[in-house]
Amino acid sequence: MDDAVKDANRTGRVRDINGPIVTIELPGARSGEQVKLGELGLLGEVISLRGGDAIVQTYESTDGLRPGEPVRGLGRPLSVELGPGLLGGIFDGVQRPLEAIALASGDHIRRGIDLNALDRAREWRFTPNPALEPGARIGGGTLLGTVPETATIEHRVLVPPGIEGELEEIAPAGDYDLEATIARVRDAHGASRRLGLYHRWPVRQPRPYRRRDDGVAPLITGQRVIDTFFPQLKGSKGAVPGPFGAGKTVVQQQIARWSNADIVIYVGCGERGNELVDVLETFPQLDDPYTGRKLMERTLLVANTSNMPVVAREASVYVGLTMAEYYRDMGYDVVMLADSTSRWAEALREVSGRLGQMPVEEGYPAYLASRLAALYERAGRVETFAGASGSVTLIGAVSPPGGDFSEPVTSHTKDIVETFWALSKELADARHYPSIDWVGSFSGHVHTAAEWWHQEIDPNWEQRRTAALALLARDAELSRIVNLVGPEALSDPQRWELEGAALIKEGVLQQSALDDIDTFCSPAKQFALLDLAIEIYRSGESLIRLGVPVSELQNLPLLAKMRRIKSLYSSEELDRIQGFRDEVEEAMEGVRIEYSKLDRGAGVE
Amino acid sequence: MYGSIEPNEDHCIMSIKEYRTAIEARGGLLVVRDTPGVAFGDRVRIENHAGQIRNGQVIRAADEEVLILVFEGTDDLDLENTWVRFLDEPVEIALSPEILGRELNGLGEPRDGRPPVLSGLRRPVGGSAINPAARTYPREFIQTGVSTIDGLNSLVRGQKLPIFSGSGLPHNRLAAQIVRQARLVDENSSFSIVFAAMGVSYADAKFFRDEFANSGVLRNVVMFVNLADDPPVERLTLPRAALTAAEYLAYDLDRHVLVVLTDMTNYAEALREVATAKGDVPARKGYPGYLYSDLAELYERCGRIHDRRGSITMMPVVSMPSDDITHPIPDLTGYITEGQIVLSRELHNRGIYPPVHISPSLSRLMKDGIGKDDTREDHPRVAAQLYSLYARAQETRNLASIIGADELSERDRRFLEFADAFDSRFVTQGEDEERSVIETLELAWALMAHFPRDQLTRLQETDFARHLPHDDRP
Ligand SMILES: Nc1ncnc2c1ncn2[C@@H]1O[C@H](COP(=O)(O)OP(=O)(O)OP(=O)(O)O)[C@@H](O)[C@H]1O
Ligand SMILES: [Mg+2]
Repeated sequence: MDDAVKDANRTGRVRDINGPIVTIELPGARSGEQVKLGELGLLGEVISLRGGDAIVQTYESTDGLRPGEPVRGLGRPLSVELGPGLLGGIFDGVQRPLEAIALASGDHIRRGIDLNALDRAREWRFTPNPALEPGARIGGGTLLGTVPETATIEHRVLVPPGIEGELEEIAPAGDYDLEATIARVRDAHGASRRLGLYHRWPVRQPRPYRRRDDGVAPLITGQRVIDTFFPQLKGSKGAVPGPFGAGKTVVQQQIARWSNADIVIYVGCGERGNELVDVLETFPQLDDPYTGRKLMERTLLVANTSNMPVVAREASVYVGLTMAEYYRDMGYDVVMLADSTSRWAEALREVSGRLGQMPVEEGYPAYLASRLAALYERAGRVETFAGASGSVTLIGAVSPPGGDFSEPVTSHTKDIVETFWALSKELADARHYPSIDWVGSFSGHVHTAAEWWHQEIDPNWEQRRTAALALLARDAELSRIVNLVGPEALSDPQRWELEGAALIKEGVLQQSALDDIDTFCSPAKQFALLDLAIEIYRSGESLIRLGVPVSELQNLPLLAKMRRIKSLYSSEELDRIQGFRDEVEEAMEGVRIEYSKLDRGAGVE
Repeated sequence: MYGSIEPNEDHCIMSIKEYRTAIEARGGLLVVRDTPGVAFGDRVRIENHAGQIRNGQVIRAADEEVLILVFEGTDDLDLENTWVRFLDEPVEIALSPEILGRELNGLGEPRDGRPPVLSGLRRPVGGSAINPAARTYPREFIQTGVSTIDGLNSLVRGQKLPIFSGSGLPHNRLAAQIVRQARLVDENSSFSIVFAAMGVSYADAKFFRDEFANSGVLRNVVMFVNLADDPPVERLTLPRAALTAAEYLAYDLDRHVLVVLTDMTNYAEALREVATAKGDVPARKGYPGYLYSDLAELYERCGRIHDRRGSITMMPVVSMPSDDITHPIPDLTGYITEGQIVLSRELHNRGIYPPVHISPSLSRLMKDGIGKDDTREDHPRVAAQLYSLYARAQETRNLASIIGADELSERDRRFLEFADAFDSRFVTQGEDEERSVIETLELAWALMAHFPRDQLTRLQETDFARHLPHDDRP
């Protein structure tokens, strides 16, 4: 930090402007250093050094910039402010506060505008950690005290990583603004250093932790096809690839709404402005199903929409991740959604193309795969320096050109992630939502998730899940036959299998995000629906074995009700679902009795 | 961000130097040496040996040389005798209420034989990104009078909803019909139209001009036109000029603006041409990697903004090369816009107008624009139900084509009948037929009434009670 101040006044000049890539002369420029260009002070970052020149990628449009204009080196890498006041906010790709910018510069973002991410005027109620006394040894991760950031989230003020020494003093309980000193620490060299409620951290440097742990608990999203069929653990990495309009954003927004994470960071990376507005306008009205508080209190948004400068798109993902790690370090489970990582990759491609680097596939640079892997590697469940357990779950949307999953970004991502929710255009076109395709998707976490489900919900979970997937697989096989020779070729048991698969698809897998009741489904309700569908299939199967014609069963009204039940009764009304289950048993029993009468009658004759 | 400058031409001319140091011309690009301090993005005026004037823009500015994109192309430039003048201003157009009723080119210059638009208000065509925090979510239903749109893929004010089409399909007729009929259900205020034509044929441009004249909206239209035989490079500024005009109408004059951009494929091809000349690294099919961002810069200029009375709704026409929806132009468009209306050659060949193929069509902003307070309470469920019946009906059609319709079960036959009725009664409508959204919904109910209730699982009991036509109740 002091280094930065010393360096901060170096100046130079602009030499060459090629869109967002600007060549400058700046003595002593370092790779990664932030610079301000021209009279407007456009923000940029040195990405390489060549001879006496520095190549800069600019986070703002360079229209109107001229060779010869002055340049200033800021002496520090791109970094973010970390402290209370992040939650509920919306920031651009380099963490400028968009709401404050709207107040200062109107409908459009004025270039060169420079506002602090965190509001300096606001005061926060600080309660010091009662266990700390002056003289205590403290280090990165030591809890200095807490601030109620929102009604649900207690902001734990920790000593930033890399600082160590003896606590000289700590502020008493009271209201402090961000510039106030809340503690002083004397380091090994005897230098005294002040600590406040916030600090800065370079975004491209992952924040350290004590140890990495395996994931143990599933991230519950309230979406059946995810939780029940392709579960993801807290602290893992997942991807949602799919062609345009298949439902990537809806999946991510549903996770942002209904997952049992403590903090949600939603990064709109090169996507639509209106999608962020949707979150901004609806989240303050929606209740968190776990805490009952407004969702916006645990959410923060990073927005680099598709029309905002491309280069900031690349940064936006790191900006989001750094904030995610910051809350992880407090011991929270954080979910970060990045929509879309393809736009991030395209930003890499754009810069590498302008630098004249050799493209390898579809114009992407050779380092695409390693950057992508490094990015996802920042997800994980860790033991923090404070000894707590925290996690960052990273879920990236992938937007393959033409919906072709063999393209570089999708295929590299597939090698990296642990959960892969493949969206299918066919399902989306048929309005089967979420259009997560059970054939192309995978989850590496089913066994770990099963332990949770068996303990918390029902010991039959894994068995039922397998039965459902088996039915779906049979459905695919049988449908092929039907398409060759027609339905007449199928036997009654086979037709009933098709019926069973249809119940799984329509009664369990399909889940409309727009349905007031079904938009969120608790794990218990998820299991109840799954179990019910399998139960209907199985009792029908045994009736058919007794000789009941399939058409008899196909006419049962309970099949229609099974398809509707998910949106008739909420997660709180499991007794009503149980009631329907009783009806099902009764109806099936009715068919059995009816049929055995007929049968016996036939036998007498 | 926007500034107005004094239109003091004389002064400008005197203070601005001319250069005769062009050293290279190729594919619409001109390299000029020894030009101190030229701003990136600035406007350039080029005079050739014969005294003819061309326009250009600085697309790379370095100490030693600048690269200029020449809108009229670089054919026939004699470098020795080419004079380049840097105008020290961005590419701008003049704006006043008088632009309505005018026909301009990609630089905002008249094409209608009338004098230039005079105004002290000039704005750079490049625009700048709307702060997402300043936007308002679009929610107001626009009735287009077209059932496949209003009923199943509703348009709302501030949405960007392209028409994906193919050569020879009636996208122009559909666009014209929408322009004629689009209105809010409970308001009489009509739209101001900004019409941007890039690389279209003379006949297509005339079709729209006549359409606007015949329907009496011409006073409310500003046309930006670049024909197929006009310089392609001008197609790059044209939609930007048009959107700058749209922003002026919407946010300065409080109008609701409908922007029709046709044909985005010609635009993207012009972009590829220039990119190739510049030597940019191609991504797919020779299109530059930044095609996505470039298109987004245009499409994202539409929307609704807090505290602004006006709005910009956009309907780009994209013709899909070889009817291929995965081609980069429709593909990247679909990744940016809020849905798409897809026309089908198959329906067209069967004589169905408008040949809207509903399966790949989508409106993402529909959810907040329909229902109880906007159209009718049952609308969202009716749309979901129709889609689900149609998906099943398509499967049945495929099956029937394999095994023959006679082999179908009773149940399946009902789906086949539905598919035919859907195409002939719901999709098909006259070019002058304006159906209210209520009429569209009633039509949907009439089609659904042929199914037993237990197949209509997307609807609720209350829907049946309220809307099922009485005589058809099974
Ligand atoms: N679970 C769902 N429930 C209801 N509707 C859905 C669901 N998922 C997707 N949809 C519908 O599909 C539309 C498109 O979804 P979405 O915007 O998420 O697509 P996308 O994959 O993000 O597309 P793009 O890549 O273009 O951003 C939504 O507007 C909505 O109408
Ligand atoms: Mg999306």
